[in-house]
Amino acid sequence: MEITIKLNGKAVSDDISADMLLIDFVRAHGCLSVKRGCETSACGLCTVLLDGEPVLSCSTLVARADGHSVQTLEGLQDEASEFVGFIADQGAEQCGFCNPGFVMNTIALLRENPDPTDEEILSYLSGNLCRCSGYVGQLRGIRNFLTSRNEEGGSRE
Amino acid sequence: MRPQSLEEAWELNQKKRNRVVAGMMWLKMGTHSFNTAIDLCDLGLDAIEETEDEFRIGAMATLRQMEKHPGLDVYSCGAVKAALRDIVGVQFRNGATLGGSLWRRMGFSDVVAIFLAMDSSVELFKGGVVPLEEFVRMPYDNDILVRLIVKKRPGAFAYQAVRKQRTDLPTLNCAAAKVGDEYRLVVGSRPTRAMLLRDERGILAGGITEESAAAFAEYAAGAVPVSGNMWGSAEYRRALVPVLARRTLLALGEVR
Repeated sequence: MEITIKLNGKAVSDDISADMLLIDFVRAHGCLSVKRGCETSACGLCTVLLDGEPVLSCSTLVARADGHSVQTLEGLQDEASEFVGFIADQGAEQCGFCNPGFVMNTIALLRENPDPTDEEILSYLSGNLCRCSGYVGQLRGIRNFLTSRNEEGGSRE
Repeated sequence: MRPQSLEEAWELNQKKRNRVVAGMMWLKMGTHSFNTAIDLCDLGLDAIEETEDEFRIGAMATLRQMEKHPGLDVYSCGAVKAALRDIVGVQFRNGATLGGSLWRRMGFSDVVAIFLAMDSSVELFKGGVVPLEEFVRMPYDNDILVRLIVKKRPGAFAYQAVRKQRTDLPTLNCAAAKVGDEYRLVVGSRPTRAMLLRDERGILAGGITEESAAAFAEYAAGAVPVSGNMWGSAEYRRALVPVLARRTLLALGEVR
């Protein structure tokens, strides 16, 4: 079947099989930040934004995304760069495999709730699993970003 | 196939080898082979309508839509949000649908448990409006679940669950409600389908106190059959039922 998706702002058309998953589509079109992790809809590595909402691309039929907008980290570099340095400062990225999904969901969180509490951060990101860090570094990084943004207009200096 | 009418969806679903796909969350977990996937996404079933008397929640509304719906939050005293917020993660809940959750009638379902505590019915395309309490006991068939209808009867609600860790399936879940003058207690993840108890003995007739909550919890412990699975043994669940029931009833008593 023929579909067209607005992938990171550009219309992409392709002939796909009916059972193709969104993760396979975006990776086939160069978005390799989207990772296949648990395969049980639990780890959040494959997070993309579908019409602005974070979804699991490993559990979404690409046919359902036909005519919709899909964003991956490749298309959100500027927005991500605002806070990922703060996470790196905490050494929280460690092996890095979970990072793209984690960053995508953090973007969704901050769009929906620009000034979250620690509990709201932990709750929103609870669907992103990280086997290295124990999550404290990520929380500290986001907290530091928010503090810096609120106090200094977003500058890390 | 993306049918353009409920009739078309129903007709497609009469073939044994065809399958309705909802949020895809559980469907993708297994190995399935079927001829035609029936996607209901073009039928306008993804809305939550609120009137003076009821909520009408389309089968394709996501769990996240329900979690964020201000009217449901107010009516349920926060219990809907409490029931949904630990289901995996935000991304999962943006995909998982009400229809998928209700249709499967899985024993651990937080969705079934919270709405069973309310005055809820499901609307089936051919089967008409069926009380949720009856629907959860029905065997699977080839009908199409259209929506959930929740009557806005005056009431109060509370929800609690025991999980080994946040985002895991519940080892036991519990919803307590006062709907009109009737007290209800739902115990789910036992691990079979959730069970609704009413206060037929009048244990809570004088209101919820430490004593009456404990008495009803003991009644629940005797009335709710439990068994074991990898989330908890039968013995563990047997011990949990009165504790969680009491705590949920006391939480209901605190609702203003």
